[in-house]
Order: sequence, then C-alpha cells, then structure tokens
Amino acid sequence: MSRNAKINTLLLLLVAALAVIPLALGLGDGKEEPFTGADAQAEAAITELKPDYEPWFAPLYEPPSGEVESALFALQAALGAGVLAYYFGVRKGRRQGAAQALARAAAGAPEAAGAPEAEEAGRTGPARES
Amino acid sequence: MHIAEGFLPPLHAAAWGAASAPFVVHGVRALTREVKANPESTLLLGASGAFTFVLSALKIPSVTGSCSHPTGTGLGAILFRPPIMAVLGTITLLFQALLLAHGGLTTLGANVFSMAIAGPWAGYGVYRLLRKAGAPLMVTVFFGAFFADLVTYCVTSVQLALAFPDPASGFLGSLEKFAGIFALTQIPLAVSEGLLTVLVMRLLMQSSTSDLVRLGVAKLTGGKQAKPEAAL
Repeated sequence: MSRNAKINTLLLLLVAALAVIPLALGLGDGKEEPFTGADAQAEAAITELKPDYEPWFAPLYEPPSGEVESALFALQAALGAGVLAYYFGVRKGRRQGAAQALARAAAGAPEAAGAPEAEEAGRTGPARES
Repeated sequence: MHIAEGFLPPLHAAAWGAASAPFVVHGVRALTREVKANPESTLLLGASGAFTFVLSALKIPSVTGSCSHPTGTGLGAILFRPPIMAVLGTITLLFQALLLAHGGLTTLGANVFSMAIAGPWAGYGVYRLLRKAGAPLMVTVFFGAFFADLVTYCVTSVQLALAFPDPASGFLGSLEKFAGIFALTQIPLAVSEGLLTVLVMRLLMQSSTSDLVRLGVAKLTGGKQAKPEAAL
C-alpha cells in the first residue's frame, strides 16, 4: 500500500472508531431509549420548557414507517456517494486518458532518447490539463 | 440538527426565513456566475453538494448517548466560498424536509441559516485565518470543516433558546439545555467531519490539482503540487 493509501485508510478508521466508541462504551446505557436522534431530544426539551406548545404545521409527507424512513435516508446517502464516485471516476479517466495520449505520442517519436522524458511529462501531465 | 416542522413559533419561523432569503438569493447569483465563468466547475460543484448529501444522511452515535449527523458544508465553503454553499445546503435541507419529514418547510429558514449560512461562513472564516497564519493546508481544512459543523449546531441551540426561553432561567438557561443536546453531541461528529473532509481534499489533491489551483485552494509549487504529502 502506498503512503497515500495508508493515510487515507487511517482517516477512515479514525472516523469509524469515533462512531463505534460511544456504542462500545455503552454511553447510552442510562437513557430510556439509547442513541435516539438529538432532534427528538430537542423536541422533548421544548415540550418540557413549554408544555402547552403545539406544533402548528405538519410535514406534507411523512414516511409511513421507520423502515421507509431508513430507506429514504439510505437513498440520500447513495445519491451523494454515487455523484462523488462519478466525479472521481471521471477525473481518473481523464488523467489516464491524458497519460496514455502522451505515452502514445512518445512512442511515436523517432528518437528513442526522447521517450523517457516524454513519459515523465505524462506523469506530471494531469496538473497541466484543462 | 434540523428543527422539526412546526417547532418554531410562526414569528420566529418568518424572521429566520427573512434572514436567510438574501443569502440564498445572493448564493444563486454566485452559483450561476461561477458556472458561466468556469463551466468545468460544474462537476466539482456537484461533488461538493453530493458530499453534503452523504454526510447529512449519516446518523452517527455520539458520546452523549444520542445520534446526530454531520453537515458536510465545510468542503464546499472552502472550495467555492460560502455563498454557493448557501444554495447547496438549501437543496439538501429541502430534500430532507420534503421526503424525510426531517426538518421542515416552516423551519426551513432557521435550518438554512444554521447549516447553509452560519456554519459555512464560520468554517470558511477559520480556514482563511489559519491559512493567513501559515498553517498547513490539511490542518486548515480540518478546522474549517470542524467549525462549519459545530457552529451549525450552536446556532440551532441559540435559535431554539430564543424561541423557548426557560421560564425560570430565561434565554441562557434554555441555551444551556439545547447546547447540551446539540453542541455536546456534535463535538466527536465535528471531528469525524473534519477527518472526512481532509480525506476528500486529499483525493482532490491527487485527482484535480488544476481545479484546486484555479479555486485558490492549492498553490503551484514547481511540480510538487501533485504530491499531497507536500501539503501535509
């Protein structure tokens, strides 16, 4: 694994650890419903501060069940992840295309001595594209 | 962090809507200008919006024994400046309000103000300050994203405390309560968001150096710019 990939993996592991530690340590143990949303807690706090407060508007559409809600949240994450993956895919494709074009141009060049230099240019090429 | 539908008194809802509207209108103008001037930005704009989409869908357990989600607005604010993030954040909030009953239309103004305006501006401000102070790029990115996330939730706490002051201890007592729910929960999540934003910025350094240079995030440093290690 390259140094870059190692650092990236480490970053992801740290994020995963931050999410798992509260669960592993049982930090929600004292609660009636551990690990509910902070939004729901805020709603409870509002009702505590102002018991007679009634929400004056209801959502136009409400997912009929927790499962459907999870599905829609997953859809949101998937849409975002898809677009991000598409972005990085396009960039990678362009870089590889540019590198190949340069390599082909280098292979077509008559002087053999010129080739390694052109290959070198191919590697730093992406920085100069667009 | 979204204030649920109907949970802000009408007057407050209207006031936050009025406060947010100019930022969003200005953002739409900035966005169209950017796309016209640099059509090649469109793809990265989409990716920045997508990052917000992913992160605000992830409900992550936190130290307070409850779950909350990051915002993902720091990245776009650093790349394209905060006005554009006001638009991308609003789109995300609209999606969640309309399809997920998460947040709401009456509270949209308040939620836009915290997540799409205050957070991005705070994050961008921290990022600029640290850059001026000469901090390494990835450090500035981490703290930019960290504060964009955390400030969002602090503003939400203020918004709720203003609307629902404690009968005994008033605004401050109520603020303590809401900050205990939102801001405290958010600290580890803001760290996570900082780390994820650094990760994406590292990938961008590898794949899109030219874009980052054009946007003024990365500098050309004589051929070394393709190596993200140089920036760490």
